[in-house]
Amino acid sequence: MAVAKNKAQQPDAARRPSDKEDDTKAKDQTASPVADLGKDQELAAYRDMLLIRRFEEKAGQMYGMGLIGGFCHLYIGQEAVVVGMQMALKEGDAVITGYRDHGHMLACGMDAKGVMAELTGRTHGYSKGKGGSMHMFSAEKGFFGGHGIVAAQVPLGTGLAFASKYRSKDNVSLTYLGDGAANQGQVYESFNMAKLWGLPAIYIIENNQYAMGTSLKRASATTDLSHRGAAHGIPGERVDGMDVRAVKAAGERAVKWCRDGNGPIILEMLTYRYRGHSMSDPAKYRTREEVEKVRSEHDPIEQVRLRLLQKKWATEDELKKIDAKVREVVNEAAEFATNDPEPDPSELYTDIYA
Amino acid sequence: MPIQVLMPALSPTMEKGNLAKWLKKEGDTVKSGDVIAEIETDKATMEVEAVDEGTLGKILVPEGTADVAVNTPIATILSEGEDASAVSETAKEASKPAQQQKPVESTPPAEPKKAPSAAANSPQLQAPAEPDVPEGTEMVTMTMREALRDAMAEEMRRDPSVFVMGEEVAEYQGAYKVTQGLLQEFGSHRVVDTPITEHGFAGLGVGAALAGLKPIVEFMTFNFAMQAMDQIINSAAKTRYMSGGQIGSSIVFRGPNGAAARVAAQHSQDFSAWYSHIPGLKVIAPYTASDAKGLLKAAIRDPNPVIFLENEILYGQSFPVPKLDDFVLPIGKARIAREGKDVTIVSFSMGMTYALKAAEELAKEGIEAEVIDLRTLRPMDTDTIVASVKKTGRIVTVEEGWPQSGIGAEIAARVVEHAFDYLDAPVTRVSGRDVPMPYAANLEKLALPTVADVVEAAKAVCYR
Ligand SMILES: Cc1ncc(C[n+]2csc(CCOP(=O)(O)OP(=O)(O)O)c2C)c(N)n1
Ligand SMILES: [Mg+2]
Repeated sequence: MAVAKNKAQQPDAARRPSDKEDDTKAKDQTASPVADLGKDQELAAYRDMLLIRRFEEKAGQMYGMGLIGGFCHLYIGQEAVVVGMQMALKEGDAVITGYRDHGHMLACGMDAKGVMAELTGRTHGYSKGKGGSMHMFSAEKGFFGGHGIVAAQVPLGTGLAFASKYRSKDNVSLTYLGDGAANQGQVYESFNMAKLWGLPAIYIIENNQYAMGTSLKRASATTDLSHRGAAHGIPGERVDGMDVRAVKAAGERAVKWCRDGNGPIILEMLTYRYRGHSMSDPAKYRTREEVEKVRSEHDPIEQVRLRLLQKKWATEDELKKIDAKVREVVNEAAEFATNDPEPDPSELYTDIYA
Repeated sequence: MPIQVLMPALSPTMEKGNLAKWLKKEGDTVKSGDVIAEIETDKATMEVEAVDEGTLGKILVPEGTADVAVNTPIATILSEGEDASAVSETAKEASKPAQQQKPVESTPPAEPKKAPSAAANSPQLQAPAEPDVPEGTEMVTMTMREALRDAMAEEMRRDPSVFVMGEEVAEYQGAYKVTQGLLQEFGSHRVVDTPITEHGFAGLGVGAALAGLKPIVEFMTFNFAMQAMDQIINSAAKTRYMSGGQIGSSIVFRGPNGAAARVAAQHSQDFSAWYSHIPGLKVIAPYTASDAKGLLKAAIRDPNPVIFLENEILYGQSFPVPKLDDFVLPIGKARIAREGKDVTIVSFSMGMTYALKAAEELAKEGIEAEVIDLRTLRPMDTDTIVASVKKTGRIVTVEEGWPQSGIGAEIAARVVEHAFDYLDAPVTRVSGRDVPMPYAANLEKLALPTVADVVEAAKAVCYR
């Protein structure tokens, strides 16, 4: 913890270009002990992550049944990232991400029914059925989408930070992007402007090791993505994205850094997606053993579950009850999304201009 | 009640797949999220996960079974206290869920997918013999996907300066499997996986072309080529002119373009008109596998930058392709896909499926439509269009793209310029609706042109 804190306070503290050295340092950092959450927070994290997991499992199932179409990118395995980050936010903060967005929306407090109904393309989906899995928004919850073009959300998120500063607010903007997205040019154009103008932008790189079938190593000259702001003097931190406590702690440090007027910061979340890139995935680029190992040894939800039991903050029975409640929410959402009518044909021509 | 595990769909257009492997045995306990089986199609593999806890009761479809229809029950999961005898009961209900899902599955682009089986007697075969193919040439049936791959492979064998570059083109074998096998044959020196950096690798490709290499740059889809638009237009298209003819770029930008199924506004749009606007570019948009092969080979050899617009929905369709050692078609020549005297219908790429079907419908009502497949959008074969209009006096254009400043608008202008006195009715356009592509199944259908739209437009210009 202390190490990481120092880093945030000394953005210029030598970020070396040598990848090897960086990697070692980064590992130390993720291995450092993290502060435990309180009972209520652990229970909340458990419930919130479980909601995402069950929701995504259901979405996968409904896709298989033909109720959801097109691209559908599931968030299973990465739940701790959005749930931990959300714990660090306050009213008025903005969130924006790419197409793997269902978890982000649920974490932002968007209604499971509205999200699922958008997945099925129905009237009461968040975008009236017009956006689908990749394009949902909630002005009310400060969620700005849901974007399909890899990394296009990064300049947009930087603009959200610009607006916050312009209005002299202390709100931050959270921009999520993938490890693959981190190679796009507009990311670095954004970094430069964010630092130049001291914008309260937190860039969260969800490094799940793969961009479709391409591993990080095969696409990136340097693989410690927390250093990607080095050329612009933006501090970065590598975080165990499977541990919700570590995510929350890093999130709080980053948010404070921004609210205090220090400009942008990067958080690289080491995480993993259990499922294919989208529903159609040849799955030939990694072994089943690799997936199984992460699942059995680092599952973000299982970690919380074990802690809750160990500390006797919950019994098996109580956890089962939470699970049952979550399932109920998800089943209701699925039911709603299946029976909600398709949008009225007249909607084809609405919302093109104000 | 035992829970049924159904054969899932990998995509909205998938109808069946192979059950490759069972990873759990009957009697194994499974929990939510466990991978229980693996299914595959020609394009992808997918893991089937348990969505509930219990015991794997009965495996209804053994591993190795091919062509299992989507929604067929493949196994049952028993919850605590249930035993496998309950299985037979549920198997009877098998057809139920499948029926419920019917309406949702009938997304519009599924329609043309049916074509492959009908390919042997598909309408384009009634067309006059392909003038570019010597009489008596043996034809082989192959998919658009295979034809494109063969064109690239043949040109790569022929010219060592040709290489392929793009996202997932090598190890993954292409996001849509168009580059399948190229890495194995030509190695990673000539089949290059790139990071997700379209603007960067498109520009790098142009630079390599300026230095004399012949890159084939694949965009995973043309939606992502918008990131690279500056390099395509400002660098590739204009350098020959700006250098007074000294330096040009022989480069092909290719990939799927146009509407795909249920992927919404940012992933489903037609850029034909955009590229056809640009002097310095050639733009090709084939409909048949044969044209795709002959024209892609021509594009790779062409000394200019060529935009080669494919279509995802056509990739899996089969067409007869001439069996020739070196089948190259001329760029800039339209093809009369069906002869007629009453009305001219002009289209290209996916639009041809509507045009040809409409022509069949019209024939039933005694209207003989002449269908022209543009194949190349720039340079546009005005002569073929004008000659046809002089014969029919009426013309309908068909495209999936937006109407304003579209390909149809361009054709209308040319017909008015060159055949005004021959027109017996206003030039009429059928196009995609003037809206971003919606996700909802019903709205998506409404946003795209239909065979009925084309029939109606043709009848209107015939005053029938
Ligand atoms: C500009 C652009 N290029 C390509 C794509 C196709 N595509 C969609 S997701 C993806 C991989 C992105 O990987 P990553 O950034 O690591 O995010 P993840 O999917 O792992 O969450 C690609 C290549 C796209 N949507 N946009
Ligand atoms: Mg990734």
